[in-house]
Amino acid sequence: MAGTGEGKKEEADYKRLHSFPLIRHTDMPEEMRVETMELCVTACEKFATNNESAAKMIKESMDKKFGSSWHVVIGEGFGFEVTHEVKNLLYMFFGGSLAVCVWKCS
Amino acid sequence: MKEEITRILTANNPHAPQNIVRYNFKERAYKATSVVDQMAVHFVWEGSLLHEDSDEARRLRATSVEDGGDVDEAGGEERPDSVASKTTKKVTNQFNFSERASQTLNNPSRERNSQTEPPPRSRFSATANQWDIYDAYLEELQKQEKNKEKQKATQVKKDNSKCKTKTMLLETPSDDITKVSKTSKVFERMVNQNTFDDIAQDFKYFEDASDEFRDQEGTLLLLWKFQFDKAKRLAVTALCWNNKYQDMFAVGMGSYDFSKQGRGMLVFYSLKNSTFPEYIYPTTSGVLCLDIHEQHSFLVAVGFYDGCVAVYNLKEEGEEPVYKSTAKTGKHTDPVWQVRWQTDDMDNNHNFYSVSSDGRVVSWTLVKNELIFTDIIRLSMNSAASEGPGAAQLPSIACGTSFDFHKQIDYLFLVGTEEGKIHKCSKTYSSQFLETYDAHSMAVDAVKWNPFHPKVFISCSSDWTVKIWDHTINTPMFTFDLNGAVGDVAWSPYSSTVFAAVTTVGSVHVFDLNINKYEAICQQPVVAKKKTKLTHIMFNPIYPIIIVGDDRGYVTSLKLSPNLRKKPKLKKGQEMPKGPEAEIAKMEKLLSFLREPEQSQDTV
Repeated sequence: MAGTGEGKKEEADYKRLHSFPLIRHTDMPEEMRVETMELCVTACEKFATNNESAAKMIKESMDKKFGSSWHVVIGEGFGFEVTHEVKNLLYMFFGGSLAVCVWKCS
Repeated sequence: MKEEITRILTANNPHAPQNIVRYNFKERAYKATSVVDQMAVHFVWEGSLLHEDSDEARRLRATSVEDGGDVDEAGGEERPDSVASKTTKKVTNQFNFSERASQTLNNPSRERNSQTEPPPRSRFSATANQWDIYDAYLEELQKQEKNKEKQKATQVKKDNSKCKTKTMLLETPSDDITKVSKTSKVFERMVNQNTFDDIAQDFKYFEDASDEFRDQEGTLLLLWKFQFDKAKRLAVTALCWNNKYQDMFAVGMGSYDFSKQGRGMLVFYSLKNSTFPEYIYPTTSGVLCLDIHEQHSFLVAVGFYDGCVAVYNLKEEGEEPVYKSTAKTGKHTDPVWQVRWQTDDMDNNHNFYSVSSDGRVVSWTLVKNELIFTDIIRLSMNSAASEGPGAAQLPSIACGTSFDFHKQIDYLFLVGTEEGKIHKCSKTYSSQFLETYDAHSMAVDAVKWNPFHPKVFISCSSDWTVKIWDHTINTPMFTFDLNGAVGDVAWSPYSSTVFAAVTTVGSVHVFDLNINKYEAICQQPVVAKKKTKLTHIMFNPIYPIIIVGDDRGYVTSLKLSPNLRKKPKLKKGQEMPKGPEAEIAKMEKLLSFLREPEQSQDTV
């Protein structure tokens, strides 16, 4: 009983601690990076249960702000190899379990 | 008219006959033909054009060649050309025109291709899965914790440095105050104006109404009291109004007690701010006398108990005098009892005189950055004239305690001594007195020429008396006993017959000889405690107020009631003429009254 309680607590702790966005890789300039990151956070929080919608939102916003054509992948587990335009890639983790990859390639 | 006539267009010819009958030879009978030719021909034009390859054209060509005759039959190919040339020639000739044809050069076309460089691309690959994400987060958290620890360490350091800066700030608060000194000064005055509003009103407007019911006596109304905490234990030893700024006066602080000598202080007050001095100059030795220059009111000459004289410049910052006498430059060996500015000398150098207990009257000249001294006179107990020639005694020194310079006669001045004598001296004779008055039985505390009458001066002494003299006569014209040692006496600036004196028992006596020749018209104690001694008095040159200093460091300002500054009226409705001449006449009249009976007394 106690063990499971602790486990739950740890899990909660983990959720709480790991809720912040963590950028794993990016080559964007500072301003763009911050903006993109915030956009990703808002989208993932808005569509917490629907990654597809979140990705769509990110993609459309990015297209508007920085020109087409952006591609977004959101998921809990995936592998990828993409070709992207230099200075237009962001790969980040968010919320402890999500990976978001945003890149531009027209 | 309204009848409609309908017409219908048909393919049938209306004019064609319907009933054509032809004779048929075969059947040998007339037969009606059913088929009627509906076509009607209206116009026919035969064309002149022929097809080239048609038979008729060939025929036509053949005939035309035959017409030419001389044309040899070379080749079938050339034949049409020659025909054409012939026909064209005919045309040109016929219509008389020329035809010219030309064709521009066609630009050669070229092909050119270019291709932009595609934006640089790179490849990126990664695999996202839960354990990767978890590891990444853990790593990040650990990093953050480390950073926090570091920051804490640096914060402690920063706190330390902050503390340092704070202490630095505490150490230099004066700098901050100097920035706002002007505004704060204005503010201080405003606050004072509010708190002492009633006094200011009294100063300006109050006139004691009860004076009308008193015959001659007047009263003194207490106005501001000036006191400075840092000078609490010191006595007021000198007072002087600023001639230029009439609300400002200087106070010299020191001690008259021989056993309690120590530091002194020079402070400047304004009537506008009674709570705090305008300028403060602490001194190592007690101040005994001071004088503010009449034209250059920022120059203040000061005499000290230790024999030094100094000149302060209010314009200069700092607490040190701009000039100070030293042992090398002829400083007095005994306390300096009085200093007085003189008019500038021939080189336009400022200069002042001082008198001291060491028996010297010295002139000090301010040259560039030093004080140059000249002994004017050495006071000796026995003037050479009175002493017999064979006397072998040492010439003992007379101690000067006060002096005053004649208002009109430049070289003439009086010196009062500790022995009670008053010497009339000249700046030009350094060893002889013009006259010696056997004035008092104790030290002469003050001697002053009348500001109006050129012959009259006043003296006061610790022997309780105030005496008024005509300098041409050896004996006093008036003698008043004030029942206490008289510290100071002052002529009023508005009347030749009014003077005021202070005694050590703490009262101010105001006399107007024109009103009462025997008694003071005002005698008023002005100190709170009985033991307090009044030391000095001074009339303001403009306003009807006096300032009085006591030995506890207080300076009290008092307003003279109307009776004390009454203009004399000879008859009803007829006022005395104003001006200095009138004042002189007033005094002269008094004196003439006195001379007669005195002379008669002498004769008696």
